[in-house]
Amino acid sequence: MTATANRNELNKNLAQMLKGGVIMDVTTPEQARIAEDAGACAVMALERIPADIRAAGGVSRMSDPAMIKGIQEAVSIPVMAKVRIGHIAEARILQAIEIDYIDESEVLSPADDVYHIDKRMFDVPFVCGAKNLGEALRRIGEGAAMIRTKGEPGTGDVIQAVRHMRTMNREIGELAALRDDEVYEAAKKLAVPYELALYVHENRRLPVVNFAAGGVATPADAALMMELGAEGVFVGSGIFKSGDPAKRAAAIVQATANWRDADLLARLSENLGEAMVGINEDEIETIMAARGE
Amino acid sequence: MVVSAEYITREHSRTDGDPSGGTPGSGEVTGILALQGAFAEHAAMLDRLGAPWRLVRDLDDLDDSIGRLILPGGESTTQGKLLKSTGLMEPIAARIADGMPVFGTCAGMILLASHLDNDPNVYFAALDATVRRNAYGRQLGSFATTATLTLGDDSRIADFPVVFIRGPFVAQVGSEAHVVAEVDGNVVALRQGNVLATAFHPELTEDTRLHEYFLSL
Repeated sequence: MTATANRNELNKNLAQMLKGGVIMDVTTPEQARIAEDAGACAVMALERIPADIRAAGGVSRMSDPAMIKGIQEAVSIPVMAKVRIGHIAEARILQAIEIDYIDESEVLSPADDVYHIDKRMFDVPFVCGAKNLGEALRRIGEGAAMIRTKGEPGTGDVIQAVRHMRTMNREIGELAALRDDEVYEAAKKLAVPYELALYVHENRRLPVVNFAAGGVATPADAALMMELGAEGVFVGSGIFKSGDPAKRAAAIVQATANWRDADLLARLSENLGEAMVGINEDEIETIMAARGE
Repeated sequence: MVVSAEYITREHSRTDGDPSGGTPGSGEVTGILALQGAFAEHAAMLDRLGAPWRLVRDLDDLDDSIGRLILPGGESTTQGKLLKSTGLMEPIAARIADGMPVFGTCAGMILLASHLDNDPNVYFAALDATVRRNAYGRQLGSFATTATLTLGDDSRIADFPVVFIRGPFVAQVGSEAHVVAEVDGNVVALRQGNVLATAFHPELTEDTRLHEYFLSL
């Protein structure tokens, strides 16, 4: 195996270690410690959580490296951080501070409306959002080592994450059901590399780990996404925009681990305090999921 | 390499719990702790060896048919919290103390260690060793190589692929534990009676030799 292929495999392997876990957005070392204590398997360091980005408007960029380093020092679990879509220099900065995973994210303002980052040029792994199979395989073709649904960040409304997960899994099933000689045409229609389409056709899954993200706010939301085939869950605004973040975070971790146990889910859902204020999908002005196809 | 799609939803091997035939008897099933992490990868390894297995998510899963247990890779802090909230910590610790064979990989090694030199937590304390978490640093320090595993005086596994993902190593080996493997001068695998622990991830490779050895314990 070449050094690059080996690094890409190691990066996919880290995502495998995160499976069954919850990755939480945090904005301070204190929040990062609360997330780790609650059982988060990783944290996403960012200056403003998506709900606040939505409220504040304006251009949203990579976080201050000093702030990210503060979070790296505060916890022992993997630390991820976001760069703008297509922002090669922001990604180089995060690699320089030895981030564990870069999220090339539609939550931030895109830096490039045509090209994503060529992620194969980096040693650190990337996770990217996707709302369908074509987007997922294009990002993997560019070198992403992990995929998450886009959902609609900062809304507390799970409908788009559900739609994206169902769409992706339906398209995977359709590709798997084709005759072998039909995969070329399918790859053309999906606008993805043939080899990746062939992988999905033969294996009935993405070649990387696939998490749910965008709008997960309750233990039941996390359990729903696991039921729909997510291999783990990102929770952004849902935790630190709620009344009792520590309790809600721990409840979402337990719900993700044992999502089929309805008695447990009932107990976990009791007295969690105020959930984040949701915005329905038809009330939002900025559709982040539409960024970067 | 990610696991096959079937393992995203499978909870046990085809033989386990199948009344139509081949339901394993008492103690014949390998439990795989499935609170968080790469448990499905271990299930796929056991299927390659034709060994019955079941994911262990709560106390109901840990019945008398379980005769051995695998503690998979993942985040040890997450798994530790869930061991407590599910009530699995004490019963598993008691079974390990009673001699049930247990195999911990990466986070599993951390859960088994009697001491961690950079973390105040102790979980099963079944392995006489001080283990250092994230001993190779962040993800950029993750690496793959090969090593020789020494399982007994005349029992060796040569050229075994070893994959470290934000892995630990053993900072100090206690007198009860035997060194199974070293990489670059660091101890990365130990055996102590019924306890086998590796800082690396055999479940991420296609080499089933160490799992086969564990099933023989």
